[in-house]
Amino acid sequence: MTEGKQVELLSGADMVVRALADEGVEYIYGYPGGALLHVYDAIFRQDKITHILVRHEQAATHMADGYARSSGKAGVALVTSGPGATNTITGIATAYMDSIPMVVLSGQVPSRFIGTDMFQETDMVGISRPIVKHSFLVKRAEDIPEVIKKAFYIAQTGRPGPVVVDLPKDITDLTKKFPYEYPGKVKIRSYNPPQKGHTGQIRKAVDLLMKARRPIIYAGGGVVLGDASDQLTRLAKQTGVPVTNTLMGLGSYPGTDDQFVGMLGMHGSYTANLAMHHSDLVLAVGVRFDDRVTNSTSKFCPTAKIVHVDIDPASIAKTVPVDVPIVGPVLSVLKEMNDLAVASAGAQDKEALSNWWKQINEWRSGQGGLFPYETAEGIIKPQQVVQALYEVTKNDDAYITTDVGQHQMFAAQHYLFNKPNRWITSGGLGTMGFGLPAAMGVKLHNPDATVACVTGEGSIQMNIQELSTCRQYDLGVKVINLNNQALGMVRQWQTMQYSSRYSHSYMESLPDFKKLVEAYGHVGITVTEAKDLMPAMEEAFSLKDRLVFLDVAVDTNEHVYPMQIKDGSMRDMWLTKTERT
Amino acid sequence: MRRIISVLVENEPGALSRIVGLFAQRNYNIESLTVAPTEDETLSRLTVVTDGKPETIEQITKQLNKLIDVVKLVDLTEGAHIERELMLIKVKAHGALRAEIKRTADIFRGQIVDVTSGVYTVQLTGTGEKLDAFIDAVGESTVLEVVRSGVTGIARGEKVLSL
Repeated sequence: MTEGKQVELLSGADMVVRALADEGVEYIYGYPGGALLHVYDAIFRQDKITHILVRHEQAATHMADGYARSSGKAGVALVTSGPGATNTITGIATAYMDSIPMVVLSGQVPSRFIGTDMFQETDMVGISRPIVKHSFLVKRAEDIPEVIKKAFYIAQTGRPGPVVVDLPKDITDLTKKFPYEYPGKVKIRSYNPPQKGHTGQIRKAVDLLMKARRPIIYAGGGVVLGDASDQLTRLAKQTGVPVTNTLMGLGSYPGTDDQFVGMLGMHGSYTANLAMHHSDLVLAVGVRFDDRVTNSTSKFCPTAKIVHVDIDPASIAKTVPVDVPIVGPVLSVLKEMNDLAVASAGAQDKEALSNWWKQINEWRSGQGGLFPYETAEGIIKPQQVVQALYEVTKNDDAYITTDVGQHQMFAAQHYLFNKPNRWITSGGLGTMGFGLPAAMGVKLHNPDATVACVTGEGSIQMNIQELSTCRQYDLGVKVINLNNQALGMVRQWQTMQYSSRYSHSYMESLPDFKKLVEAYGHVGITVTEAKDLMPAMEEAFSLKDRLVFLDVAVDTNEHVYPMQIKDGSMRDMWLTKTERT
Repeated sequence: MRRIISVLVENEPGALSRIVGLFAQRNYNIESLTVAPTEDETLSRLTVVTDGKPETIEQITKQLNKLIDVVKLVDLTEGAHIERELMLIKVKAHGALRAEIKRTADIFRGQIVDVTSGVYTVQLTGTGEKLDAFIDAVGESTVLEVVRSGVTGIARGEKVLSL
C-alpha cells in the first residue's frame, strides 16, 4: 500500500475481475454456477471485461486456447466448481500438450467445507495436477491480485502452459473488502526461465550447420510460440538450407516458399521424410521429437548429427540423443545463429548443398509435388475441399482451425501457411471437438478476419452446441465439414491393419447438418457434386458476417498418405494403398 | 542405477503431491521418500531414492526442476555423500534371547529405547544395508514389527544445498 495514495477497497470477487482487466484481458469465456455467483455479480457490475457465455465448459477452454494460439497471449476461462471444473480437463490437457498459455479460474466450495464432499465439490487442483504448468488454491482474498499476476506470468513465460486458479467461494465474498493493488511484476524464486542460449554451443551449432553437406531445419511449435519465425526464415534464407515443419510448426516458415519441403512425420511429405532420413545435420528448433515425427527412434536419422534448440531442458534428449543441445529462447538463439552465420558464410560447401538440393528436388518432382493424390470422376476428394478452401481464402490472411482426424491431416498437407499463428490445431492431445470453439476464440478477437474450421462429421458433433454461442455473439466463422460418413482415421487404420473390420468407425443416423445449423439460426450449404464445390466455397466466404456451415460429401474410402510404417525409420512409408517405399 | 536426489521445495500445500505425482505420471521409480521442513521455514527438504537408466535419471532431475515449487536439487550420488536411515524395530526378547538382542544391538550401535518383559524396541541408524544386516543378525523369526524412515543424505565436504 502506498502512503498518501487513495487505496481502493474491493471484495475478493471484484478483485478477481479487476485483476484480469488490469492484466489486459478483454474477453473471458465461462459458465456460471453456485461457487462463482459472487464473481458473476462482480462481472455484471463492470464493463472492462466482456464475458462470453459458452454452452459447455470444455468449449470455454478451447476458445481461450484458440485466442492464445492466434495472439500469443494467455486465454482465460472461468468455470464453476465440480462439473464446471471437470469439464475443462480436456481443454486444459489440450493446452498443456501443445504448450499454450491459458489461465483457468475455477470456483470452489467455501474453504471450511473443502474435503467434506459438499455439493459440486471436486479437488480441482488435484484433478488437474498432471496437466497444468502450475496451479493455485487461493486461501486468502488479499492474495488474489498477486496470485492472478503469477498465474499469467507462469502461463506466458518460458515454455508456456495452462495455469489453474481455484477460488473458494468464501474468498470472493462481496461483503468483505480489502485494499486492492495489482502488482506490476512478480518474481518467483523457484522459476527462472532461460533468457539466452549458451554462446559456445551456438557457435558449435553454426559451425556444424555451415560445414554440413546435407543439412535440414526441423522447426516446430516452439518457433511459433517463441515468436521466432522471422529469424528462422532469415537463417534458412541466408544458408539455403531446406526447412520442414512439424504439425505444430506450420506457418513458422512460409509454406509457399521453395525451400519448404512440407510437414514431416507420420503423414509428412515423402520429400521431408527422406530429406530427414538422409541428412547429415538436423537443426531441430522448438520441437520435441514426438513419436508422430520420429517413427522408430532407434532408426531415426541414422547419419545425422543433431542440434536441438529448445527453451525446455526436459525436451532435450528426452526421446532422441542430441549432439549439440542448446537451452534457450528460440528467438535469441536463432538471432545469434544468424549473426554468426553471416560471419562464416564462406565456410559453406556450396557444391555439396547444391547436390543436396538436386536430390531433394528429384524426390519432390518424382512424386509430382509434396502431397500428390488421385482424383476421381464423380467423387469429391477431401484434399480437393482443402485446396478449394485455400484458393478462396489464400489472400485473406485467414486463420484455419481444425478438429482431429483425416481432415486435420489433409488441411495440414494442403493448406499453405505463410505466417505463424494462423494454423490452429490440437497436435499433442489430438482433441476432437477443438476446432469450432477455437475458431470462435480467434474470431471474437479478430472480428474482421477470415476464420474457418476444417472439421469432420465426427469431430464437429463433439462441441456442436457452440453453434448457439456463435448465434448469441454473431461469430461469423466458417465451418468446412469434410463429411465422409465415417470416423475416417480410425477407418483408415482398420482398413490397413484390421482387415477392414470397421468396428464402430461408421456413424449411422448422422443429422442433416444444413437443417441443424439453420435451426441454430445460421446458414447451411450442402455439397454433394464436385462441380458445386468451388461456387459453394465462394458463397460461404462471401457471406462475411454469417456463420456458414459447408457440409461437403467426400470420398469415404480416401486415405491420408504418405503414412509412415510402424517401427520403421522416417523413410519407411506407404505412399498409396498399394505402393510403399 | 540407484540415485539419491535431494530437493529443496517451497513449503507450500500441494508441493509434495506434485513431486509424487510426477514420479507416478512419468513412470519413474520411488524406492523411498523423506520430507521435512528445514531451518528456513519457507522450504522443505525432500530426499528421494530412485532407480533407473542414466537417461531416465536425467529426465527425472529435469522434470523435477520444471516443477514451479522446486527451488533447487542435487543428485547426491554424483559425489561423495553420507546417507542415513532410521529404523525402529520391535523384537521378541525373552529368556536367552534377551541378552543376545542386547549384544547384537550394541554391536550395531543401536539403542534399546523401549522395554517390556518380552519385547525390546531397538533404534538403529545407518545405511539401508546396515539396517538389513541387523534384521538378518537378530533373525527374522524374532522380528515383530519394523518401521524405517527412508533414506536422507547430505554431501560430504564443503558442498551445501541451500539457496
